[in-house]
Amino acid sequence: MADAMPALEIRNLHKRYGALEVLKGISLSARDGDVISILGSSGSGKSTFLRCINLLENPNEGEIVVAGEPMKLKQARSGELVAADARQINRMRSEIGFVFQNFNLWPHMTVLDNIIEAPRRVRGRSKAEATEMAEALLAKVGIADKRHAYPAQLSGGQQQRAAIARTLAMQPKVILFDEPTSALDPEMVQEVLAVIRSLADEGRTMLLVTHEMNFAKQVSSEVVFLHQGQVEEQGTPEQVFDNPQSARCKQFMSSHR
Amino acid sequence: MSWELLIKWLPQFLDGAWLTLQLVGVSVITGLILALPLGIARSSRHLAVRALPYGYIFFFRGTPLLVQLFLVYYGLAQFDVVRKSALWPYLRDPYWCAIITMTMHTAAYIAEILRGAIQAVPPGEIEAARALGMSRSQALLHIILPRAARIGLPAYSNEVILMLKASALASTITLLELTGMARKIAARTYMHEEMFLIAGVIYLVIAFVLMQGFKLLERWLRVDALHGR
Repeated sequence: MADAMPALEIRNLHKRYGALEVLKGISLSARDGDVISILGSSGSGKSTFLRCINLLENPNEGEIVVAGEPMKLKQARSGELVAADARQINRMRSEIGFVFQNFNLWPHMTVLDNIIEAPRRVRGRSKAEATEMAEALLAKVGIADKRHAYPAQLSGGQQQRAAIARTLAMQPKVILFDEPTSALDPEMVQEVLAVIRSLADEGRTMLLVTHEMNFAKQVSSEVVFLHQGQVEEQGTPEQVFDNPQSARCKQFMSSHR
Repeated sequence: MSWELLIKWLPQFLDGAWLTLQLVGVSVITGLILALPLGIARSSRHLAVRALPYGYIFFFRGTPLLVQLFLVYYGLAQFDVVRKSALWPYLRDPYWCAIITMTMHTAAYIAEILRGAIQAVPPGEIEAARALGMSRSQALLHIILPRAARIGLPAYSNEVILMLKASALASTITLLELTGMARKIAARTYMHEEMFLIAGVIYLVIAFVLMQGFKLLERWLRVDALHGR
């Protein structure tokens, strides 16, 4: 019954910074092949939500289930939930791809070395094997000629495409995109969006935090609008973009047109 | 000063320079190895892990190298335990006293350089490693340390040059390294001006070669290319 099992399920996620509650119980379920866009104004908790899913931030409450496997969490003294099983969290993180706003490529390595590092260290792939896969991925994101270049020698758009290739090299079950085009010059946004669109067309399961409204409308199977740490509106792109119910969402949509 | 004189004493100066190079070379390399665990522990999140290297670094940075040399060379011999130990043949030898003291001294400084470098690695690059499934130690070994090495290299090369000059202190515990040798020859010939000038020039040459070496190493590791972003 693989179809019935969500690729990613998040239940009742809470995150507090001291007295400030940033996420007030968010639940979300993504089936295989879903592309879910998460919208909201800054401070609505979009990025924090995404970063909690692979425990880059520690939530205070909630459950995270990837392809039927619940992430083992335990309460730390600070009240945050931390990984209870180091092996499990490392493996699960390798199955949850994460693309950062600022790329976070390792600047002392060539593009190729950036991509083969994790498959070799984490998955134990041979260098030849990892290189072969990396070259195919670089061709796919359109920067095969840059494989021996260093990140600083690339444009922002090329760096983000290299970072996406690095994530894909782990063959993740789900990919989380945290504002992947927000740090880019306008003329480079499209080349990165084109890569993300091709991934959506392949049927990959993705969560996408973005400010690119038109793009979100085109590629998403579902749109979630967050406001002050809660899901304010949720539905198909047509519902959320063209016929929002809540006042907040209406206001947001009209100001982002 | 005549060239004859220079030619007459040069072999002895070169002996002295060779001893200087040994003292500096051994201490900055062994010091680096010693500094690795110290610096890593120093940048730990846990107070208990940080405390021990902190105490070590506090002592060795907070007291003069000369005092440390005297403590080891003159001080240790006061203790029967030391005199009867298997290490006594080494600890009575000024050569080993100087090497041990200089190594422990420079290790404290290098550990601080390393701590600073580790903490200067952009957090996003470490997050990227963890998000790809690397464990804490894998991220440390494969991402953080190689990155920190490049950040800390210019400061390390500075420390090596400082140790080259600090090694002159070894002459106070009877070692005839470059400064000690110059002093000995000056006392014999009464030509202080000239002999210390020669020693100074040799120090300059060594420092120049070291700096060029580090420059090449920085270029090879692409240290410059990593700034910004």
